[in-house]
Amino acid sequence: MSSTGSTTEAPRRAFLEGGHALAEAAIQAGCRFYCGYPMTPSTEVLEYMARRMPEVGGVCINVESEIEGINMVWGATGAGVRSMIASTTNGMSLMQESLSEMVLGQVPAVVVNMGRGQGDYNQCTRGGGHGSQRLIVLAPANAQEAVETAYRAFHLAEKWRHPVLIYGDFLLSHTSEAVTFAPPDDATGPLPAKDWVTDGATGRSPRLLTSLGMRVVEAPEDGLAIGPGQTRTDVTAPMHMAVARHREIAAQEIRFETAWLEDAELVVTAFGVLGRFARYAAQLAREEGMRIGFVRPYTLVPFPYDVYRRVGERGIPIAVFENNAGQMIQDVQLGVLGRAPVHFIGEISMDRSGFGVGPKIDALHILARLREVWAARSAA
Amino acid sequence: MAKSVGTVVIEVDACKGCELCIPVCPPGVLSMSPSVNAIGFRYPILRDGCTGCELCAEICPDYCFEVFRAAPSRASAEVTA
Amino acid sequence: MATTGEASGPAAEMRKVFTRSPLLGSDTHSLCPGCGEPNAIRVLMETIEEMGERGNTVCVLGIGCYTAFGALMQIDCQQAMHGRAPAQATGVKRVLPDRLVFTLQGDGDMVTEGLQEIVHAAARGERFTAICLNNAAFGETGGHMTATTVLGQRTKSTLGGRDAGRHGHPIKLPEMLAGLDGVAYVARGTVHTPVGVKKTKKLFRAALETQRLGLGFSLVEVVTMCPTGWFVSAAEGPRFQEEKLLPVFPVGELKRPRDLRV
Ligand SMILES: Cc1ncc(C[n+]2csc(CCOP(=O)(O)OP(=O)(O)O)c2C)c(N)n1
Ligand code: SF4
Ligand code: SF4
Ligand code: SF4
Repeated sequence: MSSTGSTTEAPRRAFLEGGHALAEAAIQAGCRFYCGYPMTPSTEVLEYMARRMPEVGGVCINVESEIEGINMVWGATGAGVRSMIASTTNGMSLMQESLSEMVLGQVPAVVVNMGRGQGDYNQCTRGGGHGSQRLIVLAPANAQEAVETAYRAFHLAEKWRHPVLIYGDFLLSHTSEAVTFAPPDDATGPLPAKDWVTDGATGRSPRLLTSLGMRVVEAPEDGLAIGPGQTRTDVTAPMHMAVARHREIAAQEIRFETAWLEDAELVVTAFGVLGRFARYAAQLAREEGMRIGFVRPYTLVPFPYDVYRRVGERGIPIAVFENNAGQMIQDVQLGVLGRAPVHFIGEISMDRSGFGVGPKIDALHILARLREVWAARSAA
Repeated sequence: MAKSVGTVVIEVDACKGCELCIPVCPPGVLSMSPSVNAIGFRYPILRDGCTGCELCAEICPDYCFEVFRAAPSRASAEVTA
Repeated sequence: MATTGEASGPAAEMRKVFTRSPLLGSDTHSLCPGCGEPNAIRVLMETIEEMGERGNTVCVLGIGCYTAFGALMQIDCQQAMHGRAPAQATGVKRVLPDRLVFTLQGDGDMVTEGLQEIVHAAARGERFTAICLNNAAFGETGGHMTATTVLGQRTKSTLGGRDAGRHGHPIKLPEMLAGLDGVAYVARGTVHTPVGVKKTKKLFRAALETQRLGLGFSLVEVVTMCPTGWFVSAAEGPRFQEEKLLPVFPVGELKRPRDLRV
């Protein structure tokens, strides 16, 4: 097995931190423009790209702000090159204007948030920050899934002409695991022609890549034009298109992991790496005789509401574990719609630096909380 | 009146009546019309004596002018229709 | 309807010496009567056409009145967020180094909202051309103060005129950037007179040639009339510009690569 050292040959297998693995997979998926601004725990993606991009003839820029970074990615993507930026929490907040408008402008870039704790769930799933539009949001649970997610993210972005956000955390970025680089089957199919690329209008009519929905309307119906052939703008057109696109994405792209739902009398749910912890805790609980099921949403947008609805319809309570003050729980509640109790068993748990792993990020802690909920359920 | 060595074609309905072309015309052969165009603006009208100097076209923000000249002084500026 | 001096149209021996650049399309635009921005954009399109770069150019548009030209210009365009065009153009130029890439921004876009982007792009020596249409006002929002509004200038947010003590001083971006390494060409032009328009075209040519030769970052600021944002009539625009703006923003080349021939 080759190391990723200075060789320009792409590794097929490697033992890498999640952040590095994701970066390598992005390159193997064809990413040739990357930029980033250092912030733990996304810094490793930048470090890897700084070394690796020149080897494959790509560009890596250490930008002067995340705002600049996301707009560089907009430009490079618009020029037809697969492009990515990774950042963390605060940096993601700075990008919100552009992320919102990249949905409207149909700019298929890939954005990674290696966040602090899981406190950005609402930021990731409700953002871009303005308008009615949302990104596609994928939350891998381990380094191998991060690799697959990188391929899938570029594929989905171009399939739907829609920006895709990969949401990970400190554990995903910094945990080293053996990974295999190969695109998942669903990320290998044919993609629509990139008839929106602005790379100089040689041999074709010129293009305008815009989020503003500018259209030339020759005979405006409202009679407000001040001249013949007046250029008119319908800024709402891309908003309606984004809503329609989102409906299609929700119909086709929802992905999640479940276990032991058939006999479950309590279900635990968590996303990202904490999904692994929750699944392990559920397994331990089952060994103690508690019939606990497990759900992990992989697509946070579109969210698998139906899975939770079906659990709720059976009256089965759901325990939600997240490393924040309770954000995904609102989506779970929307799925359940009051049909069954939804308990929050998570909390903010980081080390004092604000980004490391806190004491409650522990399968045994989750197990203890599950015992409490199980006992309360039996008592009720 | 002297024969004009140049002339202009004015896209009247594209004119927004800004009057920027009026003072820049060296022989002063442009003046604003008493009537208005299809979108409600007064527009320039040309009298005899145009030299084809292109200055009106250089300043017009609405690209209303095409300029013609009998003997183009600069070959590079020439556009054959 | 079109009119000519002669009832019969131009006489047969007359030759067309000026017509609208094909790169401007044939539609009318929505900018105000007497606006200076269309003049700058016209000579920019003529320059690109004359350089033979029509099919090799990507424009990145900022947000202001000029953004509407994205639908007119017959070249590939991307629209950026307010102030962020230099970052977006960096992305384009880095992955398409052999294309001619330029930004089209206003003073509000480039100097007020996007100062960080333009300064860093200049310092990195990005090989695109930045074009700033400086009318010393936010035109599109209806006439408010920008970072280039001159002292004494009345806007809807500086009612008694911009006052140094309360509103600070105007930024002269070309002067500021000319001192940066990585910056190869800096100039300021004007479009309030026919001669100014012609000279501005030469500045565009020099800046774009600087880019084509890969010599570094290039910037052209063009002072443009905004009668709407200055609260004067369209016909008074050029005089207002001459008297109030040009003393603060003198035209000319501030920095030029030695190897540049044009
Ligand atoms: C982040 C953000 N803030 C404010 C605006 C509103 N806005 C639109 S155009 C504009 C002014 C543009 O001024 P300038 O670039 O000087 O161009 P001009 O309108 O004068 O042509 C502003 C403030 C915006 N679009 N985005
Ligand atoms: S071409 Fe010159 S002389 Fe003729 S109308 Fe225009 S400005 Fe006047
Ligand atoms: S400069 Fe152009 S728009 Fe203005 S009045 Fe003259 S022809 Fe009309
Ligand atoms: S507001 Fe000013 S800059 Fe905008 S179109 Fe009108 S005159 Fe031009």
